Amino acid sequence: MKLDAKIPSGPLETKWSHYKEHCKLVNPANKRKFSVIVVGTGLAGASAAASLGELGYNVTCFCYQDSARRAHSIAAQGGINAAKNYPSDGDSVYRLFYDTIKGGDFRAREANVYRLAEVSNCIIDQCVAQGVPFAREYGGLLTNRSFGGAQVSRTFYARGQTGQQLLLGAYQALSRQVAAGKVKIFSRTEMLDLVVVKGEAKGIVVRDMVTGKISSYAADAVVLATGGYGNTFFLSTNARGCNCMAAWRSYKRGAGFANPCYTQIHPTCIPVSGDHQSKLTLMSESLRNDGRVWVPKNKGDKRPPAQIPEEDRDYYLETRYPSFGNLAPRDVTSRAAKLVCDAGRGVGPTGLGVYLDFSEAIGRLGRKAIEERYGNLFEMYERITGEDAYEAPMRIFPAVHYTMGGLWVDYNLMSTIPGLFVLGEANFSDHGANRLGASALMQGLSDGYFVLPYTIANYFGSSKKFVPSTDSEEFKEAEKTASDRIKKLLSINGSRTPTSFHRELGKLLWDNCGMARSEESLKTALKKIAVIRDEFWKNLKVVGAENELNQTLELANRISDYMEFAELLCKDALERRESCGGHFRVEYQTEDNEAKRDDENFAHVAVWEYTGEGKEPVRNVEPLKYEVVTMSQRSYK
Amino acid sequence: MSKDMNLTLKVWRQKDQASNGKMETYQAKKVSPDMSFLEMLDVVNEDLIQKGQDPIAFDSDCREGICGTCSMVVNGVPHGPQRGTTVCQLHMRHFKDGDTIAIEPWRARPFPVLKDLITNRSALDRIIQAGGYISVSTGNAPAANALPISKKASDEAMDAAACIGCGACVAACKNASAMLFVSAKVGHLGLLPQGQPERDKRVWKMISQMDKEGFGNCTNTYACESVCPKRVSASFIARLNRDYAVAVAKGECDR
Repeated sequence: MKLDAKIPSGPLETKWSHYKEHCKLVNPANKRKFSVIVVGTGLAGASAAASLGELGYNVTCFCYQDSARRAHSIAAQGGINAAKNYPSDGDSVYRLFYDTIKGGDFRAREANVYRLAEVSNCIIDQCVAQGVPFAREYGGLLTNRSFGGAQVSRTFYARGQTGQQLLLGAYQALSRQVAAGKVKIFSRTEMLDLVVVKGEAKGIVVRDMVTGKISSYAADAVVLATGGYGNTFFLSTNARGCNCMAAWRSYKRGAGFANPCYTQIHPTCIPVSGDHQSKLTLMSESLRNDGRVWVPKNKGDKRPPAQIPEEDRDYYLETRYPSFGNLAPRDVTSRAAKLVCDAGRGVGPTGLGVYLDFSEAIGRLGRKAIEERYGNLFEMYERITGEDAYEAPMRIFPAVHYTMGGLWVDYNLMSTIPGLFVLGEANFSDHGANRLGASALMQGLSDGYFVLPYTIANYFGSSKKFVPSTDSEEFKEAEKTASDRIKKLLSINGSRTPTSFHRELGKLLWDNCGMARSEESLKTALKKIAVIRDEFWKNLKVVGAENELNQTLELANRISDYMEFAELLCKDALERRESCGGHFRVEYQTEDNEAKRDDENFAHVAVWEYTGEGKEPVRNVEPLKYEVVTMSQRSYK
Repeated sequence: MSKDMNLTLKVWRQKDQASNGKMETYQAKKVSPDMSFLEMLDVVNEDLIQKGQDPIAFDSDCREGICGTCSMVVNGVPHGPQRGTTVCQLHMRHFKDGDTIAIEPWRARPFPVLKDLITNRSALDRIIQAGGYISVSTGNAPAANALPISKKASDEAMDAAACIGCGACVAACKNASAMLFVSAKVGHLGLLPQGQPERDKRVWKMISQMDKEGFGNCTNTYACESVCPKRVSASFIARLNRDYAVAVAKGECDR
């Protein structure tokens, strides 16, 4: 596998402008001759499809949800970063770039991250023009708040529903293109496979989730904006429908998969309440602006929080990381919670929880101010737990939230398969080994609104145009592969439900490849995954038929991919013999339990190459060269 | 913590859009009060699959009350008995041991049932496509702070923009009116300076599309407001009516 990141030459600050000035263009009259398939309608997919439609391309857009407006970007709560420096607190494009590189534990590509920081400001302008109701000051100007891993306030927000408002902005732009006839949307339609013709991505195979019909679509290029693979763990903050089918099956068609072991465990989620749990709910990182994290100082202190006096409380983030305090980055904060819970000082019925306490902020600012800032989050907490967080502290615990790894892309956001572009969480490029809060929304919209429209033209302008017929051999083969798999799932007729397998796999991963990993735990996981997968294909029970709306079948099909993908995740974690960001190997830590990188041997992207069913994948390497930033031991103390 | 409950469920089962449906009875056993309503259904479904029976099909996705996918009528009320709550956020602690619970899909002609509790709500997408946006192409935006907007207008716009497009307002309305949904978008964009140039055209086009989809008219029962999981106020409907009257008076209908 040849990995050429195609990073433009020249100084970091001018790479993107130089690229835009010199890339190939498609003239306005020719744009309508090009067709693009966009899979996924979250921030990345919707913004890309809308922008391409506006430019004049013919776009066909697919989503598994019943409406494009429901993609999981909608659930992002806290905000979106930009280097506007409105509060005049010293922010700049460089600082946002540097914080993101450092936050990612020096495992992201410099050029991509700089571009992200550079276009961040355009995103805010665009969204305001679309009518996104960001929070404002009484004077009418936009306001900001702080997020983890930064010492400036650069996060724009719309109450606790920033993702919703940004997505509705993109969805509305998309709707405008539907009305203009430039975009066609197929909802309740799931991508089952990628079709590669003469080495280029030229179409997809999909299943109509209402009728069960399998069909194909061909185009000049395919764009995947299909999100991350967090649901491999069964319990995560992802939506129920989020899955890795599009990315995984593209990997099996030749797209390199980068850094699958980089998974983000978010520190502030509502703890698990029982075996019935179907998903976990995040409590926005923004709460750490005013909430203080603590546990009892003494092991086994079962007193209600209000009865535990100050001197018996351990505000461990504030003492451990005095300069960032409660706003330490996510990976660091999650690990700190694990340390105190492992030491037997966790709270709640399971002992797997820490307090997030607002009493000091309520005393200082008044209940009304806290209600205004976080009202909907407190309400959500009450709905789920039945407890009032204005009266007693919230109980929180880390949960799988985001995946930094994804399909490998070059500077053009193109994968190792020409013509296959990957945007947003589905790619690997900008967050290194750990993503900072409020940066996912920024990346999704940057990729879709401001990067892909240039880079896809460059691809069209520099390759020979052809769109194969969906009757061609490659399409028929892909349709048959997809349909055979479905038939096989239905034919097993064993005795266990898809969910029971998913739950078992997820627990195995959480225990052995979650917040802490070791050579031993990973080897155990790899052994057991094979056993679970084997049983899955022998003892699965799926009811109903293929040609109907069949949710059990949809689920089984997605879980069948997790059974394979989980193995790659653990292999990658095993081979990366260092700790960095969200990937914490217990063998590699500093004296005070922080992640210890090995820059000499692992300052690279690991890119996995599929070699065939049952064969060992090949681990390729893209070295990371830091031209501007000096790599250092990350410290938030 | 109160202990586990046993419940009787009466659920609408319908094979597909073309078939007739009917209510069927199921037992939900050992239901924990900490479960969400949908997790309770998950458990019932696991049991049905084990027995080789077709599980109850229902829509859900984020399960945190924001995506607007989940949609079912619980004991006659869209999203169930707790105000300002989607059914995915409704927890079983609001029910008691021995309760019988009726579960039905959204009932409205523009939302045909696809299977069991799943309906087709694409009519709402088509209303947005008719004009629920501000026409600004990527890259054409002026600097974000070039235009100050009063906090009051911005906050009010956000109150309307909070709509999740679930369609509960339609399901609750005896006329199957989508006025609360339409008024939320018209209100959100109409309260902002960026939304002014297209204000008349927008309201006219969205209302026309709403009528075309077969949604009914508003007769001020406020049922929509009382079931809205995001508590969007019916006062936006009054605002919508004013905007509509202005658009008609300005001759928008003749353009």
